[in-house]
Amino acid sequence: MSDTLSVLYFLFPLVIASMVPLALVALGALYSERSGVINIALEGIMVMGGFVGIMMIRYLENATVLPPQVIALLGLLMGAFAGLLFSVFHAYASIHMKSNQIISATALNLFAPALAIFVARTIFLSRRIVISGNYRIREIPVLSDIPVLGELLFTRAYLSTYIGVVIFIVLTIVLYKTRVGLRIRSCGENPHAADSLGVNIYKIRYIGVLTSGALAGMGGVIFVLSFATRFDGTVVGFGFLSLAVLIFGQWHPLKILYAAFFFAAMRVIASTYSGIPVLQAINVPSEIYRMLPYVATLVVLAFASKSSRAPRAAGEPYDVGKR
Amino acid sequence: MTGVWRTLLKRIADRPTSISALSSVLAIVSGLLVGLVIMLVVNPSDALPGFVTILFGAFNAGMTSLGNTLYFGVPIVLTGLSVAFAFRTGLFNIGATGQLTMGAFTAVYIGVNWGFLGPLHWVVALLGGMLAGAVWGSIPGFLKAFRNVHEVVASIMLNYVAMYMNTMLIKQLIYNQQYARALSPQPSALIPTWFLDDIFVGSSINAGIFIAIALTVVLHIILNYTVFGYELKSVGFNKDAAKYAGMNEKRNVVLSMTISGALSGAAGAIMFLVAGRHLEPVNQLLQEGFTGIAIALLGLSAPIGVFLAGIFYGNLEQGGYYLQLFDFMPEIIDIIIAVIIYFSALSLFLQKFVAGYIRRRTGEEVELQEGSEIK
Repeated sequence: MSDTLSVLYFLFPLVIASMVPLALVALGALYSERSGVINIALEGIMVMGGFVGIMMIRYLENATVLPPQVIALLGLLMGAFAGLLFSVFHAYASIHMKSNQIISATALNLFAPALAIFVARTIFLSRRIVISGNYRIREIPVLSDIPVLGELLFTRAYLSTYIGVVIFIVLTIVLYKTRVGLRIRSCGENPHAADSLGVNIYKIRYIGVLTSGALAGMGGVIFVLSFATRFDGTVVGFGFLSLAVLIFGQWHPLKILYAAFFFAAMRVIASTYSGIPVLQAINVPSEIYRMLPYVATLVVLAFASKSSRAPRAAGEPYDVGKR
Repeated sequence: MTGVWRTLLKRIADRPTSISALSSVLAIVSGLLVGLVIMLVVNPSDALPGFVTILFGAFNAGMTSLGNTLYFGVPIVLTGLSVAFAFRTGLFNIGATGQLTMGAFTAVYIGVNWGFLGPLHWVVALLGGMLAGAVWGSIPGFLKAFRNVHEVVASIMLNYVAMYMNTMLIKQLIYNQQYARALSPQPSALIPTWFLDDIFVGSSINAGIFIAIALTVVLHIILNYTVFGYELKSVGFNKDAAKYAGMNEKRNVVLSMTISGALSGAAGAIMFLVAGRHLEPVNQLLQEGFTGIAIALLGLSAPIGVFLAGIFYGNLEQGGYYLQLFDFMPEIIDIIIAVIIYFSALSLFLQKFVAGYIRRRTGEEVELQEGSEIK
């Protein structure tokens, strides 16, 4: 029993660490798609956010004596800001210019790593941006003394986890319980109806895309702070995986959480299964676990597309004259 | 002089395709300008010579760099053709990288193991790669045709499945433990160089360039002179109208994605059936598939245009290589390509810009082919 529990204590924080960026970025994608713009640029925006955020953190580490968690917070905010700015390109092309949203997103996906690596190599002569700090919180006074829960939730945790939880709850409430949330959802379902009721489609869609940009940018920083002490120009497919989370979660916040948990668990199993006796006995190659989320998403797509919950107008430029 | 310019503009105004072509050129110029600005910021004194190096990448070292331009252009021409072919049927094949990966693995597997084939070895390896790419491409085709799944989403998922499958299969079947990479294909499986290495001395060029030319011609004929090509384009213009006219639009969607996949598979085979290049189990998407999107857009989805754009890319790639003489990082090329794609996305805007310019200079109204590329 105590063995199982210690495995759980070991795995749970790892799963949470993967789950937080996945769920946050998928929530951003939800905002964008609910407003009517498909955003497959999440990968690139995460890279851009991670790049700028980590540059900031590196600078703060060297130039100031701020406590680590303050530096982490500033880095997260900076990443979110960079992601927001970067997503303006996608918003402008797909909303104002009525461009093909896949093409402009592809451009962002290619631009971000190229710029990040170019700048890093120009400044540091290596594609790696190394940060010194370890941003894991070892334990929180009082809270980590709670039996079981304290061990699971308040030891070896990251600041980003708690921030992520708050953002996720707030943004879910905004989307479903406020006027702007209703408007966002209406723009992705039936923009003409929304327009006839005086909703500014362009403005709402900008809000949707920029929100996804900010969340993806922050997600990029979270990714780096949670898994490494350096940034080398990639978030190893987390942006696209978040898109899978969104689809597997059927465009619904709570289901997105389940999906993110499942996908995160698969990732963790893939990298730790040799340490888990049961899985070691089965001896399935780790790539199978890594593949599983994508295959599962394909299966869901194949069997649920007829009853899909995808926003109906997502991906279509808004044209006033078209009814 | 202005008279000549105005006549030229008038002639352009008569043909909508040339407006699209001009917007392609504008996209390229914009990308290059952004690259130039970045170079000016990073290192002003070397920016101009560096920029010239990029522009004339193929001519930096005589026949060697010319040969390498073609060598690097070939896979991009093929992925470009792959994406373009799907575009013509109204499909966005963002899965070229996955199809390329499956093609590369299959080709290398055959290259390593099937030495008994003798002189046919490389041909079979290439065809095997094309077959694997075709199968991988047909999956989003079937999902689109029969389950109404958006091919972009399906292809993205399949890209990652292909990436992990490649890693797994390399480790299980053709692993070179010592170097942590795939085994080398046997010499008989390598794409032959024929007489090309005598002409382009010192370059890596091989017969892949002939394969690229042949496939370009074949696709040009299919799309422009056959009933099949006409049906594919009809489905691309208006799926419902095509169906109403009695065409089997589901079959055409599947076939288009299958052929598109085969072309990317060929790119993968040609990239890795060469000496000194190895598949690695590193879980990274191969970028050539994405570059193909840019090339398809610049080539206006027409095979010959794609071929020219692909060779132009080879030129940039060589430019990036020689750019390192000036202390610039070669990633500047990737930045330029990304900006070119972004401006290709704005092509309708660029076309209006060109049309507006022509109207001001010549007073002629210009008709635009709206939505002529992809929807």
